[in-house]
Amino acid sequence: MIEAIRECLGQEMEADSRVVVIGEDVGVLGGVFRATDGLQARFGKERVVDMPLAEGVIVGSGIGLAMSGLRPVIELQFLGFGHQAFHQIGQQVARLRYRSQGRHALPLVIRSPFGGGVRTPELHSDAFEAFYTHTPGLKVVAPATAYDAKGLLAAAMESDDPVLYLEPLKGYRLTKDEVPDERYTVPLGKLRVARAGAAVTLIAWSAAVNVAERAAEELSEQGISVEVLDLRSLNPLDIDGIAESVAKTGRVAILHEAPLTGGFGGELVATIQQECFYSLEAPIIRISAPDTPYPLGGVEDLYIPDVDRVVAEVADLAKASA
Amino acid sequence: MSESRFLPNFEAIAPFSRLTDSGILDSGESPMSDEAVLEALRYMMLTRVFDDKATSMQRQGRFGTFSSVRGQEASVVGAASTLDPTKDWIVPQYREFPALIRHGYPIENFALYFMGNPKGGTIPPNVNMLPMQISLAAQIPQATGLAWGLKMQGGDGVVITFFGDGASSEGDFHESLNLAGIMKAPVIFFLQNNGWAISTPRENQTAARSFAERAIGYGVEGVMVDGNDLLAVHEVTAQAVAKARAGGGPTLIESVTYRTGAHNTADDPTRYIDQQELEKWQQKDPVERIKNYLRSRGIWNENLEQELLDSCAAQIDVAMEIARDTPLATSDALFDHVYAEPPQRMLDQKRDWANRNSDAQ
Repeated sequence: MIEAIRECLGQEMEADSRVVVIGEDVGVLGGVFRATDGLQARFGKERVVDMPLAEGVIVGSGIGLAMSGLRPVIELQFLGFGHQAFHQIGQQVARLRYRSQGRHALPLVIRSPFGGGVRTPELHSDAFEAFYTHTPGLKVVAPATAYDAKGLLAAAMESDDPVLYLEPLKGYRLTKDEVPDERYTVPLGKLRVARAGAAVTLIAWSAAVNVAERAAEELSEQGISVEVLDLRSLNPLDIDGIAESVAKTGRVAILHEAPLTGGFGGELVATIQQECFYSLEAPIIRISAPDTPYPLGGVEDLYIPDVDRVVAEVADLAKASA
Repeated sequence: MSESRFLPNFEAIAPFSRLTDSGILDSGESPMSDEAVLEALRYMMLTRVFDDKATSMQRQGRFGTFSSVRGQEASVVGAASTLDPTKDWIVPQYREFPALIRHGYPIENFALYFMGNPKGGTIPPNVNMLPMQISLAAQIPQATGLAWGLKMQGGDGVVITFFGDGASSEGDFHESLNLAGIMKAPVIFFLQNNGWAISTPRENQTAARSFAERAIGYGVEGVMVDGNDLLAVHEVTAQAVAKARAGGGPTLIESVTYRTGAHNTADDPTRYIDQQELEKWQQKDPVERIKNYLRSRGIWNENLEQELLDSCAAQIDVAMEIARDTPLATSDALFDHVYAEPPQRMLDQKRDWANRNSDAQ
């Protein structure tokens, strides 16, 4: 997946000289995960900039760069450090168009790895997507495959709206699938049916999609047919795509790495019960982390929902009735 | 043209130092007794032994990602050696192992933390420190408030907070210096300028010639010290501590040193570091320098060195064994210590998690 992101950045920079990449350690090092490896050598220090260690000014100056006519792609080294920039993202990035009543477009992409499962040091691994989906004006995408990583990033960079582009820490390097060499886009706001099924709709995004697919495989051996939806984009949300699946299955499980309370799963439950109430045959379930802080690496496997847990809870759901 | 209306261009300053690169003291008195230097050297060697052990365990998958102190031992120990652990506080970043151990944080807890066991975070009751800080610069405002609060309550304890050249680019650093200056908070801002924030060189953090001179803009005293010179770091920090204790307010100390190791065990500095510059700094190794000083005093030899190494290795081995023998945390470790009075909803989850894990066994 890293290679797909890097290839996309290179192609976009090649095609459009207004694209600049800024962030911590993105230049000589090529980013701590190497997403920008080689870009500074290709495009120069003016366009691939090692910034001072200050997320607030990285994002805030990104707004200014965009106002000047450039198209900045910002790398936040970890979403856990997004808080230092939250006043710029939440109050400023997301609202500039509205506050200027359409005068200022903000073609800005903020890329950031998030989520856990790779034994990072403390405070690096939280799945904070719900803070940002609760931020009107900001689009939020979270690809699960290398193909989507490339296509969604291209679409995000093409968009005149600011986009938070979330990259799964787990699977960053492991996720490998076919990626075309040429440029393409994957539209924002269209989910992907990762696996077709008939009995239960299992909704996930980012790293959790892989867990969902493996659980679905095990469940199929128990005779339970699970449809896995990879949302790809949390805002805009593909409500029609979800409704189509729920109309078929009548049972819904939502899987996310973030804590339960206030997680994006709650928003999905509310939307689904409103849009698909008469299709539902059982209460919607959420499979998530507990309502506790992200722990140290030694116990993170107990925190993040794993395949066994998804299998058990979805098997129960398949038997449940309203 | 009349005179410039702009402020004068400040003269560049050289870091304050007491020892030459080869460990010879200048003509003045040493700020530390021989006993104090020997004790400091022990912490420096202990750090080196720990760092080597932890790095090799990390390579074998028995230790998590962690940052060694290599190259900065005199900087950290020189600063810590001025503190009174019974009343002074340390508000650390994560590269201050010997300061924390001297203050009373158990080595095994430090190890457990980096092994990913939440129990490692446990700070014993009378140890005056905040948890290690991973989110850069977040500790600096906290140190400022802590010092301000101690002063408000009439105590004479002081606070030292550690951070690096990179963290000093964050707003938290600037906001803290400003507030500490206004409140005359008894806090020492100990900035370790080790040349690097992961791969980003010091030049990319500020156009100022020194970090110390930033203090001027906040009405705070700033000083630049040779961070590889134990005696100089101790002397400057002791002065700042005495000033803070006497009600004289904060000091910004820029300790000029060099990270001769990697940022952490996940980093590969060969991708960006200038080999010649690294070698230049390796020649200024702070441990060798203070050993040379002790040799010049006639109180250091190979036998003493071997004894010290053996004793440090034994101490680290004991701590690592305790850490290794500490049981892995159960799912309760996710829930314990989150609240003083846990919400029922979380307690229900705690029960569910415990049941699920016992089912799985």
